Amino acid sequence: MSFYGIVDGSESSLKHFLAQLPGVDQVGAEARAAMLATRSIKTSSKRWAIDTAISMVDLTTLEGADTAGKVRALCSKAVRPDPTDSTVPSVGAVCVYNDMVAIARTHLDSIGGEHVPVAAVSTAFPSGRASMEVKIQDTQDAIDSGAAEIDMVIDRGAFLSGQFGLVFDEIVKIREVCGDRAHLKVIFETGELVTYDNVRKASYLAMLAGADFIKTSTGKVAPAATPPVVLVMLEAVRDFYSMTNHRIGVKPAGGIRNTKDAIKQLVLVNETAGPEWLTPELFRIGASALLNDLLMQRMKMDDGYYASPNYVTID
Amino acid sequence: MTFEYAPAPESRSIVDIKAKYGHFIDGKFVAGKNHFATINPATEEVLSQIALGGASDVDKAVAAAQKAYTRTWSKLSGKERGKYLYRIARILQERAREFAVLETLDNGKPIRETRDIDIPLVAAHFFYHAGWADKLDYAGLGKSPQPHGVAGQIIPWNFPLLMLAWKVAPALATGNTVVLKPAETTSLTALLFAQVCQEAELPDGVVNIVTGDGRTGSAIVNHPGIHKIAFTGSTEVGKKIARAIAGTEKKATLELGGKGANVVFDDAPIDEAVEGIVNGIFFNQGHVCCAGSRLILQEGIADEFIEKLKVRMAKIRVGDPLDKNTDLGAINSREQLLKIQELAGVGDSEGAERWSPACTLSDKGFWFAPTIFTGVTQAHRIAREEIFGPILSILTFRTPQEAIEKANNTPFGLSAGVWSEKGSRILWATQQLRAGVVWANTFNKFDPASPFGGYKESGWGREGGKHGLSAYLKEGK
Amino acid sequence: MATTPKKPVARLEVKKTYKLYINGAFPRSESGRVYEILTSKGVSVANPSLASRKDLRDAVVAARAAQSGWAKATAYNRGQILYRIAEMLEGRAEQLATEISLATGVSSKKAHDEVLAAIDRWVWMAGWSDKLSAAFGATNPVSGPYYNFTIPEPQGVIAVAPAESFLAFIDAIAPAIVSGNTVVALVPGSAAIAAMTFAEVLATSDLPAGVVNILTGSHDELAPWAASHMDIDGFDISGISKKKRADLKVAGAENLKRIHHFEGALSPTRIYAFMETKTVWHPIGV
Repeated sequence: MSFYGIVDGSESSLKHFLAQLPGVDQVGAEARAAMLATRSIKTSSKRWAIDTAISMVDLTTLEGADTAGKVRALCSKAVRPDPTDSTVPSVGAVCVYNDMVAIARTHLDSIGGEHVPVAAVSTAFPSGRASMEVKIQDTQDAIDSGAAEIDMVIDRGAFLSGQFGLVFDEIVKIREVCGDRAHLKVIFETGELVTYDNVRKASYLAMLAGADFIKTSTGKVAPAATPPVVLVMLEAVRDFYSMTNHRIGVKPAGGIRNTKDAIKQLVLVNETAGPEWLTPELFRIGASALLNDLLMQRMKMDDGYYASPNYVTID
Repeated sequence: MTFEYAPAPESRSIVDIKAKYGHFIDGKFVAGKNHFATINPATEEVLSQIALGGASDVDKAVAAAQKAYTRTWSKLSGKERGKYLYRIARILQERAREFAVLETLDNGKPIRETRDIDIPLVAAHFFYHAGWADKLDYAGLGKSPQPHGVAGQIIPWNFPLLMLAWKVAPALATGNTVVLKPAETTSLTALLFAQVCQEAELPDGVVNIVTGDGRTGSAIVNHPGIHKIAFTGSTEVGKKIARAIAGTEKKATLELGGKGANVVFDDAPIDEAVEGIVNGIFFNQGHVCCAGSRLILQEGIADEFIEKLKVRMAKIRVGDPLDKNTDLGAINSREQLLKIQELAGVGDSEGAERWSPACTLSDKGFWFAPTIFTGVTQAHRIAREEIFGPILSILTFRTPQEAIEKANNTPFGLSAGVWSEKGSRILWATQQLRAGVVWANTFNKFDPASPFGGYKESGWGREGGKHGLSAYLKEGK
Repeated sequence: MATTPKKPVARLEVKKTYKLYINGAFPRSESGRVYEILTSKGVSVANPSLASRKDLRDAVVAARAAQSGWAKATAYNRGQILYRIAEMLEGRAEQLATEISLATGVSSKKAHDEVLAAIDRWVWMAGWSDKLSAAFGATNPVSGPYYNFTIPEPQGVIAVAPAESFLAFIDAIAPAIVSGNTVVALVPGSAAIAAMTFAEVLATSDLPAGVVNILTGSHDELAPWAASHMDIDGFDISGISKKKRADLKVAGAENLKRIHHFEGALSPTRIYAFMETKTVWHPIGV
């Protein structure tokens, strides 16, 4: 087997490849992310950024208390985030637990939301602590129910103990299950990987194993999608593109709650991976509360006065 | 569609620039005789008329400083002196935005840098030195070290207010009084600082500011009433000062030029190293004495690194210094622009390969695109002479020893950088590099607690930290 | 002086030829010149070499070549070598006292005291080698995630022009070399004899060749060349009269040489004057 002609999938080839990646200096990476956070996005560029961010939201509900009703409401909002303004774009996807996939897909199709894909969190989300058979079954189930995107978690325990081959194999297997039917997003849970060096290694591991997207977090662990973590992942996809000519997407998830945070993410994309990544095909933001803040900021820009949460729908 | 950042200009309504300024002597603004224009280098708009100080202005300022030294400042306890400095620090923090905008207008540097770096550091310098004022017995200079008297201070145009703070804060904390001359092209923030002195009720004559050009500076250097000279500027002028005071008892600290080497080993944190190189040479338009103006790259990573550097340089936003998103502002003066253009031309004619990202430069004002030269060798003038602009010369090396030899092969010795993830190599390299400041896996960091100054022809003495105090004190018992 | 016919003695004393000390060897001046040292009664004591500017040039080359190795030696090692100098000097105390007394006319008691003081200076200085970083270094609490420290380092090659006495000569070279500088000493007039005997002490003290180089002769002739020499980093002009200092400082400005003069007791300030501080920043992260 050969993966992009770079590794053969063996433990030793992975170790060798990951070991030669340059390190990430924590202070330097954080300083760069902080500097980019000072970018001031105003007027027309802000308006463009808000709509772009809306189109990139993976509108998410991942609660034990989720119900079919809540998921249907979420889907309605995903297709028309602002029922009073048809110029607001649909979001990038709806992201739910496996058992809600069919409900979401059916509802989306029934309200003219065929263009909005359903993403399912599979592979024993969020901990990933299950047998491989269960993870495969989990994924298969989600795809069969209509998921076009699979958000899988890696085995952080295996990664942290240096069993890169194990992590790699799991991604490869899930990739096989996805086939042509579903995009694969690989979640690292960067809050558990702790160091930026690990984030960089995990990024390459996932990309080589066939991920379409690399994703920061489950949303269940903090810190999640901090700007420096996203910076390091954007550097990885940029450099992977120059190595392989393949563009891999990035999905920060967790902790991006308002328009300012979202615009910071877009600036990171623009100035790190480059404008080619400023599309929902290559950048998504996993969020729930964010969408309403984007809508309120959009209203403010249109109306000239500050909006109230009373004028956006809560689900 | 691409993500274009709409203009985000900082408002200039916060500053109030007078049509004409005099000198600040003995606590009062006094009218000057002759004046010259100070312009905004980004637009060539005339901002104000600055007084050209002559010998008689310097005389008056020195007399006021001497009187203040004898009658008030040297009699005041360290504790009380410190409280004045704390007051100044606080006022500077309160009026930070005003200073930032004014500095950007007068100097051409981006508002992001004046707002986030220059002005916060200015306040930090006063805060730091305020605390020293009543603790000088612990400065390592024996018990009760004594001030020199009147300090003559001449500062450059690249960090106008920050260099003022580097000079004035330690001088005042140690009990000296000051006659300061800001650079010809950047006097406005110093004159606003004079207002801060008034607002802080600093005793008259403790700080005196005489504006002017090189002749004014020379009058200060040669004035018999000056006991200590502090100068930041070119090595050429530094040598002139050294000669001028050779026959006197005047003490001097000189912060002069540099040709800093940034050595990147193949095990460096590459992305942060690229950032560090960019920050090292394009920070403040490269108008930085400690700029990392020579990149010395390990051969095995050279091509890949230069490629990444180019990608990163393409993201540098050149333009209106008042725009909050500008990374590279205007060159400070036409004279400096001509010098940069001339040396860039020398780089071309010596056979080095020039590259700049595509960027549109305004036809008004003074601009120079961020530029790198590859294929540079030690023999090239652009590898030896300080350009003081946004131009990076790139050389390569094969062995660590060769890297150090190239880095040290210069009469300067102000700064150096080294990039590697290997701890022992970092420590080895920092030991070998002959420079007063070595940034390892970082670059262009400044702090009032950190001594700054050069080896060899980069100057005499240190500024900042405990080491900087000795320049303003005579050893006690 | 009237000449009286000399009669052969039972054993003729073997007199020493005083040469220069460069790079651990004892060459004559390339110029072939000597000058005569007379007692106060006009009796010839010796004909030391009158060093030329070319000897100075050679001495600087030797000092430069020795510098990085000397600076790289551990502080402990440098301290031991300086202490060894004191030990060796102790054994030569009688000889040096006699030479000082003869050449300068001071009483033998005074000459003896001067040598003993010199020995004690070396002992005192030896102990400084591994305390300089503690005395003149610092870790600096900068506002950010950086480890920041300042260490003193030797400047490089230091010329010294001490006053015309043995102790002044010792007081100039010892503080310069303890930190890792190498020295070219310009020893004037009658101090030459003791200085050259002291060179024999150095040659037997494990001090690497070129760390101390001694040129005897005239300050007026050599000091201007030292001041303008571009490969000399510092110049101790304590033995130069006030009115002649300005010209040397003007010449020294060409490479911004660190030029200092000292009065009074030997203090660590004199060591620090020929050191530079280096401040290093490094990020702290995982």
